[in-house]
Amino acid sequence: MLKVFTCILTRDLTLALRRRTDVLTTLFFFVIVVSLFPLGVGSEREMLRELGPGVVWVAALLASMLALERLFAADFDDGTLEQMLLTGQPLSLLVLAKVIAHWLLTGLPLVIVAPLVAMQYHLDPAAVWIMMASLLVGTPILSLLGAIGAALTLGLRGGGILLSLLILPLYIPVLVYGSGAVSVSMIEIADTVPYFYLLGAFLLMALLFAPLASAAALRISTE
Amino acid sequence: MSAPAPNPLLDVDALTCRRGDRRLFSGLSFGVQAESLLHVRGRNGSGKTTLLRTLCGLLRPDEGEIRWRGENIRALAEDYNRNLLYFGHLNGIKADLTGLENLRVAATLDQDPLHDDDMLDALERIGLAGFEDLPTRMLSQGQKKRVALARLILSKAPLWILDEPFTALDTDAVDLLQTLIAEHVAGGGAVVLTTHQEVALTRGEIQRLTLGAADSDVGAPVDVF
Amino acid sequence: MKINWFKYASPTAFYPLAGRLVPVLFGASLVLILFSLYWGFFETPDRLGGTNPQKEYYRIIFIHVPSAWMSMWLYLVLAAWAAIGLVFNTRLSFMMANAVAPTGAIFTFIALWTGAFWGRPSWGTYWDWDPRLTSELILFFLYIGYIALHSAIDDVRRADRASALLAIVGLVMLPVIFWSINCPDPNQCAALHQRSSLSDIESNILTAMLTMTLAFWIYSFAAAFARLRSIILTREGDSTWVRGVLEREASA
Repeated sequence: MLKVFTCILTRDLTLALRRRTDVLTTLFFFVIVVSLFPLGVGSEREMLRELGPGVVWVAALLASMLALERLFAADFDDGTLEQMLLTGQPLSLLVLAKVIAHWLLTGLPLVIVAPLVAMQYHLDPAAVWIMMASLLVGTPILSLLGAIGAALTLGLRGGGILLSLLILPLYIPVLVYGSGAVSVSMIEIADTVPYFYLLGAFLLMALLFAPLASAAALRISTE
Repeated sequence: MSAPAPNPLLDVDALTCRRGDRRLFSGLSFGVQAESLLHVRGRNGSGKTTLLRTLCGLLRPDEGEIRWRGENIRALAEDYNRNLLYFGHLNGIKADLTGLENLRVAATLDQDPLHDDDMLDALERIGLAGFEDLPTRMLSQGQKKRVALARLILSKAPLWILDEPFTALDTDAVDLLQTLIAEHVAGGGAVVLTTHQEVALTRGEIQRLTLGAADSDVGAPVDVF
Repeated sequence: MKINWFKYASPTAFYPLAGRLVPVLFGASLVLILFSLYWGFFETPDRLGGTNPQKEYYRIIFIHVPSAWMSMWLYLVLAAWAAIGLVFNTRLSFMMANAVAPTGAIFTFIALWTGAFWGRPSWGTYWDWDPRLTSELILFFLYIGYIALHSAIDDVRRADRASALLAIVGLVMLPVIFWSINCPDPNQCAALHQRSSLSDIESNILTAMLTMTLAFWIYSFAAAFARLRSIILTREGDSTWVRGVLEREASA
């Protein structure tokens, strides 16, 4: 089982390394969206500090969304997905491997680049650490939940737009507590630990149930 | 209809499938024995691919049941998949991976403990010696198909379901594929395939199934002979 | 006595039954709506509350609250039919889920609309990110997502099953989403208790609200059944019994 899991994981990572632009596109999309806000709302420091956490998190939501469209689509087009449906392995395990590969390629880079965009919003170092931590716990949830939507909209015309319609409402809890943790960390007396408990609980639930739901969705979509 | 012989590997009972509003076939029953080949024929749109995908468990039949060694394939799920090799219209290979890497992934997914040498031998036999380290997107259409067909050499699955395996192949490859199919059947395996080509076996029996034409009445007639 | 529970599980048997029920249900809901409107306008006090009284405009709640209740209840119904459909693979369940969705979306929209109208005089703004109204907004998005996914897929069977799965995922996520909207700061959640507004409400007002809810509930049945009948006709268009029905209705 573990062998199959690592096989799919390394396969997807190898494929991404041979097509590096896909990964970079997501990352630059994130940076661009975050950079646009100050141009739109003005560059006053205090206001940017207040907007920062929310803006970065919304940009992370959109970036994760954008990348998700390709999660199963390439495998669907060349028939490898069909072969995965026909292996003697639990499909949810393969889905989990694919989602983790996807997160390593699109979620983790956002965590790493977060200090850079946080600088644009004048966040203090403590808040930057919290932001990185919240993205680290939160973005895998986005990938896991998004996989369900990606599987449901597989092969549909205008699937990308539809995907955002289906999945963005489900991202709300992550957005609320992810950006909430960062905002609260800027107030001295407040405690960010409960936020991380909640995000951690969401992550565990998503790890348990999202691959099952995605696998069911894939079977429905390939009928 | 031929009476189902005792203990078929694959047993299909009163199968009905619709695509959209169209009923492709209904009340279809047949059995596939070990050491036999089922040749599914019919016009374009008569539901050949649908039937094959249903036999794989990719499609859910509207009515009827498919049993593998007496058990419903829905209940068997992954245990059924282990006995199955499906070759569809899509090659199921990654264009950015080399032929060897593609075979490695396929073997791991099938949990075949294969060595790289086995795979290199298979690629050589299928006529791709010297191409094993090229990303398959650099290969021609026919060569890509050969990479996919190399799985047939390596597979230990008793049931092969092949959808139009001969298209885009040159005569050498067609001959090789004929040999592979004949070997598989002679070795106790079963094959279900669609093709417009005639297939010959060295041993075992050939069953033919013709699916009714699409433009005939609802519940198109089906006959096995 | 043995009851055949599955007799009406087939579209063939259900179609005529729904046809007989629809006018009765529409009539009943109309009567009840008129009654509760009368009660709400003439049998209830002119103002509500003590320290910060709401004037005549509070009567919006006679529409607002029942439609908000119905919008949530109908999502539950939708998800339940979807789940039954996925488990038992019954066509009628998916059709039922499908038929309920637009009614649910409409009630959600009415709840939002009337909420905005109520917000203007009482908060001085049409929209205030009040947790309950925001929850309604998200619910509206979920309904729209369900309907959009279903209509984006051409193959009916895939559309049914895919959107059913989405409805169930949505149902699982709803409590989490509502919780996160109601309590964005977990440090203060323990102290947060939304005052139950039902307990100290006047019985006259409650009567109007509850009868309106009942009316909307019956209306939902009527609307869903009416929609269901047309879904059945479209989907079973090629079967002989539908042709028979169409011929009979054409000659009548």
